[in-house]
Amino acid sequence: MRVNVTVNGEQRQADDVWEGESLLYLLRERLGLPGSKNACEQGECGSCTVYLDSVPVCACLVAAGQAQDREVRTVEGLVQGDRLDPVQEAFVDAGAVQCGFCTPGLVVAAHDLLDRVPKPSDPEIREALAGNLCRCTGYEKILDAVRLAASRKEAGA
Amino acid sequence: MDFLRPDTLAEALAHKAERPDAVPIAGGTDVMVELNFDHRRPAALLDLTRIAELRTWDEDDGAVRIGAAVPYTRIIEELGGRLPGLAMASRTVGSPQIRNRGTVGGNLGAASPAGDTHPVLLAAGATVEAASTRGTRLIPATDFYLGVKRHALEPDELITAVHVPVTHAPQQFSKVGTRNAMVIAVCSFAVALHPAQSRVGAAVGSAAPTPRRASAAEEFLSAELTSTNQWESPKPLLDSVKRRFGDLVAEAASPIDDVRGSAAYRKHALSVLARRTLGWAWQDYSGKVA
Ligand SMILES: Cc1cc2nc3c(=O)[nH]c(=O)nc-3n(C[C@H](O)[C@H](O)[C@H](O)COP(=O)(O)OP(=O)(O)OC[C@H]3O[C@@H](n4cnc5c(N)ncnc54)[C@H](O)[C@@H]3O)c2cc1C
Ligand code: FES
Ligand code: FES
Repeated sequence: MRVNVTVNGEQRQADDVWEGESLLYLLRERLGLPGSKNACEQGECGSCTVYLDSVPVCACLVAAGQAQDREVRTVEGLVQGDRLDPVQEAFVDAGAVQCGFCTPGLVVAAHDLLDRVPKPSDPEIREALAGNLCRCTGYEKILDAVRLAASRKEAGA
Repeated sequence: MDFLRPDTLAEALAHKAERPDAVPIAGGTDVMVELNFDHRRPAALLDLTRIAELRTWDEDDGAVRIGAAVPYTRIIEELGGRLPGLAMASRTVGSPQIRNRGTVGGNLGAASPAGDTHPVLLAAGATVEAASTRGTRLIPATDFYLGVKRHALEPDELITAVHVPVTHAPQQFSKVGTRNAMVIAVCSFAVALHPAQSRVGAAVGSAAPTPRRASAAEEFLSAELTSTNQWESPKPLLDSVKRRFGDLVAEAASPIDDVRGSAAYRKHALSVLARRTLGWAWQDYSGKVA
């Protein structure tokens, strides 16, 4: 089947999409957007997290056909021109990126949290990131990154 | 495989009548896992997410009618005040990403004995609304669960909504898991006080082939509270009453031994959950009546 979807502000089209295919496969393999990572394909790791109509979801659990006529924003779509989003920047500066596999999903989840809750408490950060697994950092640096992004956003606002 | 994308409920029901083998997909958090792992190759997928009627809720005649495709996040944000038990159970489902997509309709459609909303729907006295081109019918939650992952829907029916009585009386839901977030229940328990009917609702999850009510526990406690006039003038519950309630809840279960826990552990844990949640609910109720 054919799927039309707006991805990072651009109208995109994919043909010969298998009806049982996931949005994650569509993004990575058909539209050439490898930012969202494929690890578990069962909603457990969060590394495929993208915005679907402004709501963070596991792209591996959305059928590609369900994205028809909808808007998807991936980690690639968070950059503004050649500037990283403050959340992306904070992950780099806080040393929250090691192998980087979990990073795109965490960045999208953290980005959504800070949109909703500009000054989150630690329990709120933990709750918001509970669906994202990282095998490298031990999470402390990730918490640091979210706190740093929050404080920079506040200073900038 | 076909991908059916109805825009209205009428269209969806027509599809389902023509293609009873079409698998409905709402949030996809159960269906996509099965597809990704090749556990299922349905002849067709029937996408319910474009149907506006299934994504709304409204309140009518003392109950909230929640469209089958309303995701958990919206139940938590919009219905916490009216449906405390359901909101509580919704909060324990998966992660934010899962709660943003997953629905009560999908939880019912999957009919897993471990689904978090089931004990709450049973204890609260909810009704499942099912529709087909033949018409609409209401199935009491008590009659909905038939076996492991089996429910009372006919092949041409879709769940359109669930009706949950609005309450200002305390409700509690509690689940045992191996960690705080992202776990399927080892066992779960819901209790709902119904002071207007001088009655208590109680149900267990993940502890029998289906979610089920703990009827003997409900009857024992309802009789105890009524005979001692405690709905009008609540007193702190006797330990012996809480203990008996917990024991009867555990007796309602017929759990299995599996990787997540032994049957004996589940029974013990249920008696503890029942005692504790009843304690919290009763304390809350006493505070409100006083
Ligand atoms: C990582 C992860 C964690 C999870 N954690 C939990 C948890 O903690 N607690 C819990 O209870 N569940 C959990 N689940 C399971 C799942 O999220 C829930 O069962 C959810 O409610 C399913 O809703 P959905 O809309 O995504 O269903 P879908 O996957 O779209 O559908 C599920 C089933 O219901 C059928 N169906 C859907 N809508 C209808 C309808 N309107 N009429 C008839 N049939 C219908 C489908 O055909 C399918 O068989 C988890 C899943 C994942 C992937
Ligand atoms: S790949 Fe989607 S959650 Fe792991
Ligand atoms: S940085 Fe390697 S998995 Fe998180």
